Amino acid sequence: MSDQLRKVNVDGKEIEVPGHYTLMQACEEAGAEIPRFCYHERLSVAGNCRMCLVEWVGAPKPMASCAMSVNDLRPNRDGTPANIRTDSATVKKAREGVMEFLLINHPLDCPICDQGGECDLQDQAVAYGRSRTRYDEGKRAVDEKNMGPLVKTNMTRCIQCTRCVRFISEVAGVEELGLVNRGESAEITTYLQANLTSELSGNVIDLCPVGALTSRPYAFNARPWELRKTESVDVMDAVGSNIRVDARGAEVMRILPRNHDDVNEEWISDKTRFVWDGLKRQRLDKPYVRDNGKLREASWGEALDMVATRLKGDPERIAAIAGDLCDMESMKALKDLMGSLGVSSMDCRNDGATIGGQGREGYLFNSGIAGIDEADAILLVGCNPRMEAPIINARIRGAWLNGDAQIAMIGEAADLTYPYEHLGNDPAALTALAKKRGGFAKTLRDAKRPMVIIGMGALARPDGAQVMRAAGELAAKLGVVREDWNGFNVLHTAAARVGGLDIGFIPHNGGRDLAGILDGATKGEVDTVYLLGADEIDMNALGDAFVIYQGSHGDAGAHRADVILPGAAYTEKNALYTNTEGRMQDGLRAVFPKGDAREDWTIIRALSDHVDSRTLPYDDVETLRSTIRRPDAQAFDPAKLGEEGTMADVPFASPIRDYYLTNPIARASAIMAECAANVLGVREAAE
Amino acid sequence: MSGRHLAKEQPDSFTFSKDGEKKAKYWIAKYPKGKERSAVIPLLWIAQKDNGGWLSEPAMRAVGDRLGMAHIRVLEVATFYTMFKLEPVGEHLIQVCGTTPCMLRGSGDIIKVCKKRIGEKNTISADGKFTWEEVECLGACVNAPMVQISNTAGDAYYEDLNEASMEKLLDDLAAGRKVKHGPQNGRHTSEPLGGAQTLTAKALYDGSRAKPLKKIPNAPKAAAKPKAKKKPAAKPVAKKGAGK
Repeated sequence: MSDQLRKVNVDGKEIEVPGHYTLMQACEEAGAEIPRFCYHERLSVAGNCRMCLVEWVGAPKPMASCAMSVNDLRPNRDGTPANIRTDSATVKKAREGVMEFLLINHPLDCPICDQGGECDLQDQAVAYGRSRTRYDEGKRAVDEKNMGPLVKTNMTRCIQCTRCVRFISEVAGVEELGLVNRGESAEITTYLQANLTSELSGNVIDLCPVGALTSRPYAFNARPWELRKTESVDVMDAVGSNIRVDARGAEVMRILPRNHDDVNEEWISDKTRFVWDGLKRQRLDKPYVRDNGKLREASWGEALDMVATRLKGDPERIAAIAGDLCDMESMKALKDLMGSLGVSSMDCRNDGATIGGQGREGYLFNSGIAGIDEADAILLVGCNPRMEAPIINARIRGAWLNGDAQIAMIGEAADLTYPYEHLGNDPAALTALAKKRGGFAKTLRDAKRPMVIIGMGALARPDGAQVMRAAGELAAKLGVVREDWNGFNVLHTAAARVGGLDIGFIPHNGGRDLAGILDGATKGEVDTVYLLGADEIDMNALGDAFVIYQGSHGDAGAHRADVILPGAAYTEKNALYTNTEGRMQDGLRAVFPKGDAREDWTIIRALSDHVDSRTLPYDDVETLRSTIRRPDAQAFDPAKLGEEGTMADVPFASPIRDYYLTNPIARASAIMAECAANVLGVREAAE
Repeated sequence: MSGRHLAKEQPDSFTFSKDGEKKAKYWIAKYPKGKERSAVIPLLWIAQKDNGGWLSEPAMRAVGDRLGMAHIRVLEVATFYTMFKLEPVGEHLIQVCGTTPCMLRGSGDIIKVCKKRIGEKNTISADGKFTWEEVECLGACVNAPMVQISNTAGDAYYEDLNEASMEKLLDDLAAGRKVKHGPQNGRHTSEPLGGAQTLTAKALYDGSRAKPLKKIPNAPKAAAKPKAKKKPAAKPVAKKGAGK
């Protein structure tokens, strides 16, 4: 396709655009607004709604501007650029005609439709339609369709734009939706009305320009104009998807994606979108202390005093663990407090991964998420991106679909929605690949933008450091890290991890790491453990230690705790998160913490007042943030990552067994439980 | 138009017949590797033939699995084309053309016979022998009115029908007697009734009027001869053609 600039005259304004632009893009470049239903920037062009008609002066009929490129235009006879009109009488009439046809079979049930107020059809009918209908025949009605627990259907409203079909097959990569029958009987459905199984299925709700596909959990809960919209960041995985939290009063009503081309484009995973009902259940809204084996409500003062007394003990016998959903401020505050007490046993890697401490590049997704688009050879090591970061998986699928990227995998075989070469299950396959001259080793070496993605399935194991070394050596040998390209990528599973590593929430001065802390607690060498939202560790290993749990949900940690300090969930605090590529993003408070709960860093700040003369030197979040610094840059050599040693003969396994239930908020959510049961049902049916 | 739906009662499984298997291989082989799904329409047709004239849900799945395509994609195709029947049909599927030429020539009478003998359209007759439906033009307007009857023997046109001949046709089919394809009123293809009326002179056909051709009009000058000499390999082929 020629990318030469071409001149076009749009509504009398001459502009120059690349030849491959569609007329729609050219018109938008010229500042003209084009209505559309079926066209979507991130999906293939269908051209079936006809709403985007424009006039090419001289052509006998209006043109569908989404499906015609500027290259297809020829200049006028006198050599002047082609004239496109978006404001002529022809265009107005064409749009009115299309809109009239669309409305023939669309029910006029806006007052009871959940899309009302944010409906493309509603808006465009007002802007481009006729003021009244000329149609008085019967309208068609379509049977309801089942699409699972997340997507509610009302197919009579469907205008057959097929955005949902294209999204599910192209981006989500599971061919589950289709348009059956023809003409007036055309219907969107899944095969035999099976449930959608994609982790990205919720996006069809946003894509649907009418109220045919709406959110089932959110059904009839609120109107868009009643909601307070807060732009924030997601913490369900390490992608750091940009989200908009819609709240009414003290309640989060729904979560929607925000566009960020370099992170999540405009998609979010189902866990991100539908986890909000977990924010209302199992909440810790008061401090609790354990009396005679039973938790009872307490005042903040009593609880903090109790914690302070414990923290004044022998620093050798105190440890802190930060969980998967922690914000950077609270980890920084806790690290500072522990540091002032002389405690050196702390760890933010509560899956036991052996990363960090060897330069920032050693634990980042160095190429950036957007870098996946450029990659032409990708090696996945011990990760299942579909479960660990669905948005990144969709990007990899995009690289395969649009850029012919070749993909291979060492680890547990799984359906990733794109084909890959399976090189083996265990560390031996990694060493074998490094020794190879041909095969995928050659593909990586010859690639312009090679990429190795190493997941927690390979690093969160006893020989993680050795696996890291092997992967690093492989990357160095095959030229994955170059002067202008760093394709050595660590894929994290937790939103807090990179932030914690950046802050340095890891053992220092001979302190214990996670395994050491748990081991010490079992043996009685560690008798006070501060859990900052850490629920994924083995609580039985804490032995008889005094456990302080600070967090938002009554999950594993709170059940084990001797003192509970109620914190805020991610929608309830202004906080910083750093995603897997090292991008620090700002999460904003949408609602206030529940009951007596407080923003997490303020709890630690208040606690420091109770531990004598240990007051932390910040009173507001700005001062605290000014103390957060990224680690200094070091020279990066992938071959020196990890530790030398032998790797165990144990296959890599993805750390995520149940995608929908990976954190306390998701485990409190009824919607996530339903999704998990649905997936379980599908999995059992397949076996 | 009413939506077409899958039959409520579905068989448990479907397998291609031996012959169907052979045909399926033939059709799949027509397309390059990786593009097997191009053969979906022929395969659905074969499956329909192997399944007693209709497509069951297991049959669609079998086609999808054979071509490596998602089941929903097969369903889209099967529901799009009305030639794929989604519900069981009788032994003989009668498609009555109801488009204008046939309607003017009396397809209404044919439909009346069908209704009387078989029942409402798209239902199976009591004896399980017949199902009928009205279709759009089948392209045999010169012999209107006409029907197409599909059964295990194949798909054939029965033309120039009237009430009586349609009754007889149905009687014969029901009794398992052999029936003649084509016009049912004694016409030969689309000749006038009672044989040809023009160009009847025998001399037209015995070759007596032919005169030897001296030169082919508009032939390129002196092009054919030297070429034939240059290319001796072309000769045997030409001879073979001439011999036939």
